[in-house]
Formats: sequence, C-alpha cells, structure tokens
Amino acid sequence: MLRIDRRLIAHFDWPLLVSALLLIGCGLLTVLSATHTAGHLVSGLLARQTLWAGLGLVGLLAALSFDYHWLERYAYGLYAVALVLLLATAVLGSSGGGARRWIALGPVSIQPSEFAKLALVVALARYLHRQVSDGALPLRALLVPVLLLAPAALLVLKQPDLGTVVVLALTVAVVLLLAGLRLRFVLIVAAILVPAVPQVWHHLKPYQQRRISTFINPQADPLGAGYHIIQSQIAIGSGGLEGKGYLHGTQNRLNFLPEQHTDFIFSVFAEEWGFIGACVLTCLYVVLLLRCFIVATRARDTFGVLLAFGLTAMIFCQVVVNIGMATGSMPVVGITLPFFSYGGSSLLACMVAIGLLMNVSMRRFTF
Amino acid sequence: MSPVSLSQREVPLRLRRRLTVALGVALLCFLLLLARLWDLEILRGDEMRTLSENNRIRLHRVQATRGTVVDRTGQVLIDSRPSFDAVLVPEDTHNVELTVENLAHLLNQSAAEMHALITQTSARPPFEEITVRRDLSWDELVALETHQLDLPGVSMQITPRRSYPLGTKLAHLLGYVGEASSQDLAADARYHMGDLVGKAGLEKRWESYLRGVDGGQQVEVDALGRKLRVLREVEEAPGDTVKLTIDLDLQNAASQALGDRDGAIVVLNPNSGEILALVDHPSFDPNVFARGVHPNEWHALLADKHRPLNNRVAQGQYPPGSTFKIIVATAALEEGIINPFTRIHCPGGLQFGNHYFRCWKKGGHGSMNLHEALVQSCDVFFYQVAQRLGIDLIAKYAHTFGLGLPTGIDLEHEKAGTIPDTNWKRRRFKQPWFAGETLSAGIGQGYVTATPLQMANMIAMVAAGKRFRPQYVKQIETPDGAVVRNETPEVIGTLKVRPTTLMQVREALRDVVNAPNGTGKKARLNDIEAAGKTGTSQVVKMGKERVKSTQLPWQQRDHAWFVAYAPFDAPEIAVATLVEHAEGGGGAIAAPIARDVMQAYFQLKKDRENAKYAENRPAVDRPF
Repeated sequence: MLRIDRRLIAHFDWPLLVSALLLIGCGLLTVLSATHTAGHLVSGLLARQTLWAGLGLVGLLAALSFDYHWLERYAYGLYAVALVLLLATAVLGSSGGGARRWIALGPVSIQPSEFAKLALVVALARYLHRQVSDGALPLRALLVPVLLLAPAALLVLKQPDLGTVVVLALTVAVVLLLAGLRLRFVLIVAAILVPAVPQVWHHLKPYQQRRISTFINPQADPLGAGYHIIQSQIAIGSGGLEGKGYLHGTQNRLNFLPEQHTDFIFSVFAEEWGFIGACVLTCLYVVLLLRCFIVATRARDTFGVLLAFGLTAMIFCQVVVNIGMATGSMPVVGITLPFFSYGGSSLLACMVAIGLLMNVSMRRFTF
Repeated sequence: MSPVSLSQREVPLRLRRRLTVALGVALLCFLLLLARLWDLEILRGDEMRTLSENNRIRLHRVQATRGTVVDRTGQVLIDSRPSFDAVLVPEDTHNVELTVENLAHLLNQSAAEMHALITQTSARPPFEEITVRRDLSWDELVALETHQLDLPGVSMQITPRRSYPLGTKLAHLLGYVGEASSQDLAADARYHMGDLVGKAGLEKRWESYLRGVDGGQQVEVDALGRKLRVLREVEEAPGDTVKLTIDLDLQNAASQALGDRDGAIVVLNPNSGEILALVDHPSFDPNVFARGVHPNEWHALLADKHRPLNNRVAQGQYPPGSTFKIIVATAALEEGIINPFTRIHCPGGLQFGNHYFRCWKKGGHGSMNLHEALVQSCDVFFYQVAQRLGIDLIAKYAHTFGLGLPTGIDLEHEKAGTIPDTNWKRRRFKQPWFAGETLSAGIGQGYVTATPLQMANMIAMVAAGKRFRPQYVKQIETPDGAVVRNETPEVIGTLKVRPTTLMQVREALRDVVNAPNGTGKKARLNDIEAAGKTGTSQVVKMGKERVKSTQLPWQQRDHAWFVAYAPFDAPEIAVATLVEHAEGGGGAIAAPIARDVMQAYFQLKKDRENAKYAENRPAVDRPF
C-alpha cells in the first residue's frame, strides 16, 4: 500500500502541470482546426486525441505516484522492454505511409519508439549518475551511453523514422554534455570526421549521393519536402501579425500543408493566430521549460538532476526542431510538436515525462 | 520513508553550473525561433499573404519519357514521341463556364461533355491540372495558342506518347500502355492520375525499366495560372532501352510467309533459347490502345471470329497432331519397346475394341519400320507403338520435351497445354483411363494439346539435346548505352537418352524433309539440309469418311503444323509453324511457310556477312 505523505501534496508542482495542460488544450483546438471538414467540426481524430489526453493524465498521475528512485533499480529492465517492443514493431508492426512504426493493441495502436525515448533517458540517468563528479566525464564513460543508444537508434532508423533517431541522439548528446563531457572532445572528434566526409562522398555514384542527400535533407527535393516547406513557410508568414482567425487558415483548409495535424501543426496554428499567437505559444513553452529547469536544479540527488534534465532535453529538442522545421530554418525530419501534435503515443509519453518531472520535484525534500 | 536509497550522493557543483549554461542555450534557441517568426510573419507577412491567396507556387510534374524497345540489330520496335495535351486549372479562371464553353468550341466538343469531365475529377487536390484533351492535333494547338486570352486557366503541356511503328506485327509480345487504373495508383505511389503504364506484354513485364523517373518543376504562376518562372527543377530520367532478341528482318520475312492466314510462327535459336521471330496473326494495333481504345473498337476486337486478342504463341493450346510422333518415337526407342528394325504392318487402319482407328492414308502404308513411319507419318505404326508404351510413359517423355509445362517465358498468362495420363484423367474426369485414348494420344490427338511456343522449344530440344527457357530480351541499357541487365541463356532441361536414339529420330526427321516420299518435302531448302515433322490436327472428331479440308466449314478445318530445325548437322534455328483451320495439311500448308522462314534466315545471314566483309575489306585493290 502506498502511503501518501502530506508533504508530497504540499510540494505538488502546480505551475508545471498547469502550463502542460494549457499547451495540451491549445493543441486539441489546433487539431480540431487541422482536421475539421465542411460537414463535421469534430473529427474522429480529435475524439481520439481527447481520449489519449485523458489517458495521458492517468499516466501522469501514475508517473508521480511512486518514488522515482525505484526507476534507478529498474532502469535497464525498462529499457530492455522498450527494445523488445521496438523489435516486435519491426517484425509484426503495422505500416502506415510506408513506415512500420505501430503495434496494434486491440482498437488502439501504439508507437513504441515514443516510449523508447523515455526509457533511454531513465537508463542514461541510471548509468551517468555514478560517473559524474566535479571533474570532467572520463572518455570511457561514453561507451555505455553509445551502446545504449545504438540498438534503439538502429531499430528506429529501420522503420524508418529519422525524426525519432535525431531526437534520441540529440538527447543523449545533450545529457552527456551536461554530465561533464568536454566540449573540446566533441570538437576534436568533429575535426577528425568532417574532412573524411568529402573523401567518402566522392567515391559514391551520383544516384547514391542523391539518395543520401534527400535522406539527410529532404528539402533538397523540390518536388517533395522542398515544396512542403515552402507551403509551410507561406502558411506561417501569411498569418501576419494577427493571423487569419481560428478555423480560417486557407493553406490548412486547402490541404496545402502536408501532415497538417502532426508534424506541421505549428504552421496551422501560426497561420490562424499570427505572430501574436505564435509568441504566446512560444511563451507557454518557455514557462514550461523554466519550470522543468527549476525541477532539475532543485533535485535532491544526481540521479534526480540527470533524470529531470534528460526529460527536459527530450521535450525541448523536439520543440525547437519541430518549430525550426515548420519555419524552414532546419531540415525536414518527421518530429511531432510535444503536447500539440496529433498522436496518442507521443502525447502519452510527453505527459508521463511531465509526471516524472513532478515526481522529482515533489520528492526534493524527502529523505 | 523511501524504500530505496541507493547512492544518493550530493549533486556536484559543476553539474549545477552546467545546468545554468544549458538553460541559457535553450532560451537562446527560442529567441532565434521568435526572430525567425518575426521575419516570416511581420517583415515578409504581406508577401507571404499574396503567395497564399493566389497560391502562386505550383508543382508541375514532368512525366519521364518511356524507354524505347529495339530489336537485336537496334531497329526501333516501340518509340516515344512528344505530344501536346490541353490542361485546365479551374481555380485560375473566374468564369469556369465561359472558359469551358470557349474551349469546347475550339476543340469541337460539346460543352456538356467537357463539363462532365471537369466535375468528374472532383477529388483532385486544389490547383491540380485537369487534362481536357490529349494529343492535340496541329490545328487544335494553333487554335488554342491564338485564343489564349479567351482561355484563362488553360495551358498546353508536353507529354511523351507511345508509338508502335510495327502496327499489328509483334503486338502480343510488345503489349501496350494505357492510363493507370485505380489499382495501379494504389499499388505504386509513383503513379499519378493519367499516367501511362504498361498494361500487357513486355510493356507490362519490363515496366520498372521502361518507366524512368519523373521529374518536375516548382513554378511561380500569375493570377491566370500562367507560368512566370521556374523556381526549382528536377530533370526527368528517361526509361531504359530494352533490346530484344527479335530480328526484325526475319520477323518481317516470317510474317510475309504466313500471309493472311490465321496462325503462329515461332523461331528460336536452339543453342540459347533466344526468340528470333514471333508471328501471331491476326493481331491488334497497340497504337489504338495507347491513345485510349473506344468501346466500339473494343467490342469489335472481342467479337472478331479470328480472335485478334488471343496470344496464339503462348496461350493458344492446339492438338500437336503428328508432330507429337517425335516424342512417341523417342520414348519407344529409348524404352526398348521397338528397335530400328521392328516392322509393323499398316493396312490403312486399326480395329481397337469397338472403334476403328484410321490411318491418314486410306490404302495403308504396308510394312513399316520406325524411320519410314516417321518419314511418311504412318498413324497405324504409332497407334501400335503408343499402345505398347502406355499413356504414362508417353506423358513422361512429353514432359521431358517440355510439353504440359510452361516454358517459363517472361510473359503473363502463359498456358501449359495438356499432357494426359492416368492420374490426370482421374483428377479431371473422375474416370479411369481407357486404352483407346492412348491410341489418339500417340498421334497427338485426343486430350493432348500444346502451344506453338512449346512445340518450338520441343523441336529445339531435338536439335540441341537440351531445352532453354525461351527469352525475348537480350539486354537492357540506359539511354546512354550503359548495360543495366544482361539476359543469359538458361538451360531448363537436358535430354537424357542414348545418343543412338536421338540420332535415329534426327535422321528420320531429316528424311521427312529431304526424302522423295517425305511428308515435309515442301520444306526442303536449296543448299542446306533441314529436319522437320509435319502435323495435321483435327479440330472436330473424324466422321465415318475422311473429308477434304476444303470441303469443311472454316471453323471445322484441321490445323496444319510444321516443326523444323536447320542446318541438320549444326542447328542454328528451330521453327514451329501453325496454321489454324488451314486449307490443307501440315505438309501442304505449314511446311512451305517454315521453308520460307528458314530460307530467309540463311539469306539474311549471308547478306550480313557479305556486308560486313565489304565494310572490312582491306583497301589493297584500290588503284594508286
């Protein structure tokens, strides 16, 4: 039986929860705008997403109900489960849009890669918290994080889901830097690898080069993503200062935006709410970001710091890359906007992450 | 209270410091994103709004030019030519009604019809072009160009069109293209509405090579949908060239040899399985399909009693008649049922049970050995031999020669023909095999059927001792001439019989053509020894009296066969000739056709060698 300490409730992190819920609310409104059709204001997708948000709330409460130090003990086990799920996806997953990303569980299908992100952060915190000291992170401490990342990254790359691989790698890199990896080391590795790239490149056949370049930077393909990115920029830009008004985005309504309810949902929002709306949304994310950092700095122990920071890094890498992609400042990789994009697994994973952050926050005074 | 307290170490100061740095970096990222949003929405907001209002940036797809198909000497069999389509973007015109009316007037079409076309494609994405007329004639093109001001939203688009210069010749092999069906569109994301895709024949089989890769342009258009400038472009990559094993000159000669008769000719290289010529007459014109076949034309093709849509070569199953005796003879010799000296008397027929099996020669052949029986195609001899062999041994040898099995040619819907045996009969009719049926099978009648392609491969096996998978593609090249794929001969069966058996059969086949009493003497060549076998297969069961073919109604006339190879001692070509409902038997009708084909082959070979010699002749005799 779990005893609920009154002190825990006193330390409930309301601002964190409220800013997350506000974002989810805005997200649902925008999903409505992105998916509504002439006859039906509320689409099936919106109903699904609302259900997932409810489920996410349960996940959030579950994630803060236990002492997060339990995670330390079961970190690797959890990660192994996540890998098995990814493997199962590769073998018997269902495909949609040319990729094999989902496993069907009765009426719902889940995307295991979203949960693999969480498990990776936990496993990483579990390993690194014994390695950090006041000195620099020793180089041998890199081996285990790389070994942890590799199988998940390969399985997800095979799906293929380049976006999630980017998030996984970026999160690991950011956490390693925080844990004390010297920037100097990163620069040296880059200095060795970068000159080698043109050498290899020249040995490739033109069609191989083209294939790689559209894979790394789909924007280079003016008929595919390159066209989408222009339309996304037009959507955002045409919003102007005040926007075209809710449910009145023309780019969105005429289906000029690709993946309008998932990867390009920010464009739908910015087209309808303009620069002012986009600023408000960005501010909401910044508030959430600040709360997350406060949790990380106030955490009682190193594991807590690394866990909280890892989750924060995971969420905000996605936010920055997604908005960067929609505004045409970064290459197009399929990444959802946390709390906002349509996608049950993504929403659930983000809410569980918030739950874990609140967990760390609540237990900062308990000994 | 915490149940676990593993290593709850103090948080290092350094870690806290780095956290602050990380927060700084994160805030900086957000600041940059805000700056970018300011740039897009405030600084360039008006420009972007104009772009979004008119949707000035469009995507034009440029369909790849389909690869050509050439014969083994490089002569063009299928080509692509550029053509103009009229396309309409309804969003670009303020008055769709008026534009459509003007357009319909210029193209001599009713406005209602054209309206129907436009409303039909309602599921299209906005601003996507609707093709209103394909392949504009020169006059139509000029008319549209001069009236462009009355036609806002209408533009001309260049698209490659398929052309088949041979017309009906070789049509069953070449196949045709047609507009992508909804299944095609669902199966492959690269296909778009209105694309031409291979629908039949090699056009379908080699689609992935012929297709090429589409290109496209991102273009900025003005308010009337006219192209202002190309923003970015991806060039199309034309499809690969498919080089066939067909020799067009020989093909034409064979086609001429068959003339107006219904039938099929297959010419193979017995040493590689390469198909040199493939005649199938009558046939259809793929050009009609490529431009879109009209329902009336389609019904006429279906109703034609000469069945032009039937692929006789690979799908037509005919009783092989006496050509089947080659197999029965081989089986009998190899199994020791008879030896070359065994003699059987032919009185003109054979009473078996309550049925009298006739020989084609009314008076009978008298006493015959195997050689003579093959040369003169004595039926009674083979009734007797077949009866001693039994149907299951006959079937085993027929399978060895590739009958009853698909040849494996790379074409859809190849038929395997039928080689009956006791099991087959039980499965098929739930009845035992009757001994009398073996007699019919022994002369290639009854249930036995085979395609002309199988018969060509059978005689090729007699010539070469092994059987190849028939191939019609030699190699595939990129438009620049780099070889993408090379077809290599593939042996799919070897004839495991004693050399003497094969020799005795071959010598008999040589005398079929070259002996004065041979049934195939009309196939004799001037200076080269050929070997072959005639066949006349009944379409309807023989009545009491044998009637002359010419006295029967057309559909009940016999089929005439001739299978041959040449030269006898070093075979280079194998030929199977079939004439449906011929005015005479295999020796009278099919043999001269095979002769013409073989003659043409050797003549072509000689001419080409001479031309080559003339080209390479050293210039010593040139006077100084």
